[in-house]
Amino acid sequence: MRAGENNRHLTGWLLASPLTLVLIFFLVLPIAMIVVVSFWKATEFSIIPAFSWENYDFLFGSPVTYRVFGNTIKYALIVWACTLLIGFTVAYFLAFHVRTQTWQIALFLLCTIPFWTSNIIRMISWIPFLGRNGLANSALISAGITDEPLEWLLYSDFSVILAFVHLYTLFMVVPIFNTMMRIDKSLIEAAYDGGASGFQTLTNVIIPLCKPGIMIGTIFVVTLVMGDFVTVRFMSGSQSANVGRLIQNDIALLQYPSASATAVVLLITVLMVIGILLRFVDIRKEL
Amino acid sequence: MESRPRSFYVLGAFFVLFLLFLYGPTFTIAILSFQGPQGGLTFPMRGVSLHWFFDLFEQQAVGDIWGSFRRSFALGLLVMVTTVVVSVAGGLAFRKRFAGNAVLFYLVITSLVIPSILVSLGVGLIFSQLGLPIHWASSGFGSQLTWTLPFGLLIMFAVFNRFDKSFEEAARDQGATNWQTLQHVVLPIIAPSLIGVALFGFTLSYDEFARTLLTAGSYNTLPLEIYGMTTNVTTPVIFALGTLTTAFSLVIIGVFLLTVWSMNKRRAKQGSDAGKGMV
Repeated sequence: MRAGENNRHLTGWLLASPLTLVLIFFLVLPIAMIVVVSFWKATEFSIIPAFSWENYDFLFGSPVTYRVFGNTIKYALIVWACTLLIGFTVAYFLAFHVRTQTWQIALFLLCTIPFWTSNIIRMISWIPFLGRNGLANSALISAGITDEPLEWLLYSDFSVILAFVHLYTLFMVVPIFNTMMRIDKSLIEAAYDGGASGFQTLTNVIIPLCKPGIMIGTIFVVTLVMGDFVTVRFMSGSQSANVGRLIQNDIALLQYPSASATAVVLLITVLMVIGILLRFVDIRKEL
Repeated sequence: MESRPRSFYVLGAFFVLFLLFLYGPTFTIAILSFQGPQGGLTFPMRGVSLHWFFDLFEQQAVGDIWGSFRRSFALGLLVMVTTVVVSVAGGLAFRKRFAGNAVLFYLVITSLVIPSILVSLGVGLIFSQLGLPIHWASSGFGSQLTWTLPFGLLIMFAVFNRFDKSFEEAARDQGATNWQTLQHVVLPIIAPSLIGVALFGFTLSYDEFARTLLTAGSYNTLPLEIYGMTTNVTTPVIFALGTLTTAFSLVIIGVFLLTVWSMNKRRAKQGSDAGKGMV
């Protein structure tokens, strides 16, 4: 029996070794490298491996940092609220109003198809839609709602958030739909039999039972938005920035130590958010 | 059939709006890619033609589209195969509840949630500091795996959590070795889900931008090429490219779905006839 036990751990680690090796070489070591480099110095031409706090001093001493972090959190919160609202409603419709499983799967697949096409293409496809002479403005003008094109439709916080919601709502739909499908329908019937209204059933039965799905979706959306730099660049027309953009700018200027310091602060922020969210859900039980 | 409540129609309308929201922009650029030769990046359409599609095929007009497509395709296949093999092995490993599996699990979750630019930056730094050549098939390949493997593994968790262990026990009772059980019982049962893992592996890699940004080296993958184009191409040729890549993705999904469908069909045909005879 003892030998069997050891055997189990050994086989387990053997089977898991390719996964472990990939994660060590391409995740753990690179992150360690970023932490190390964040304490290095940089000249215009090279980076110098000498310990220094100067990157962090500069980072925390600059008002830009606080503004950009504030902006990042603002995007994350607004996008989270929008994707949660839309995602929950869509999942609710699919799980409780569509009656046959075939239709559920078909409609669900229909939602996932855009997810498989290039993110960058999906982003630029908003431009002819929202631009000065875009479809949205032409429609608004011909409907007599406005007299001249709305400038804030494109290259603004509005377009950034719209693109985020467009790209990431699916990450909210999938886990919520998944938990909803596992809700025992008799619980809902019991609530109705007990005299609960539709709204009461929603708030007292369905939403609490969907909490794990909501948390997993939240983790996805928040981390994706906080780490993003492409969407913000494209959709704001480089007018606003988030932390990802800050890092990317430093990289473009070959300021790796400074980029690393910002990256470390971003990493700590993201991990703290995840840590808090994971208190609400046992992710291993939900798979 | 009982009548639908009013909420059904309200939510149904919301769902339709959601679909319009998802598909609308893509349709817009699909239409705009058929602009005439004088057409620009926005409406109105100036004639209808295939001009911009032909433009794509002319090398000097837009950079190395076909080279980058070939590289992305090759990399996608490489990542796909690796993701399937490593995820299955990982999934089997976690079933054994080996000591320390929780640490590995949280590492996988970290890999999933870590901002992709950090992986890009870190891997790029390590390779350059160690003097290793940065290439899409080495550093790019590894960076993409940190994104595809967690997805593959999570799918395997879902698969094995729903797996009926009595099939394996039956095989073992018949005297099958572990390897025989895996080969003849477990793998055939989970095969359709592996198609899903493969589809995820391929498309996540094929579309991955941020993790390849600093790790692809001097040869661009397709997303990097498209990214470059968005800054310096001001003609609908970029919409033509968008339309083609979207169509290509749809073909890939179609092929995968067809494979699953034919596998299920074959399985149904060869499966048990219990309950289908005369009663």
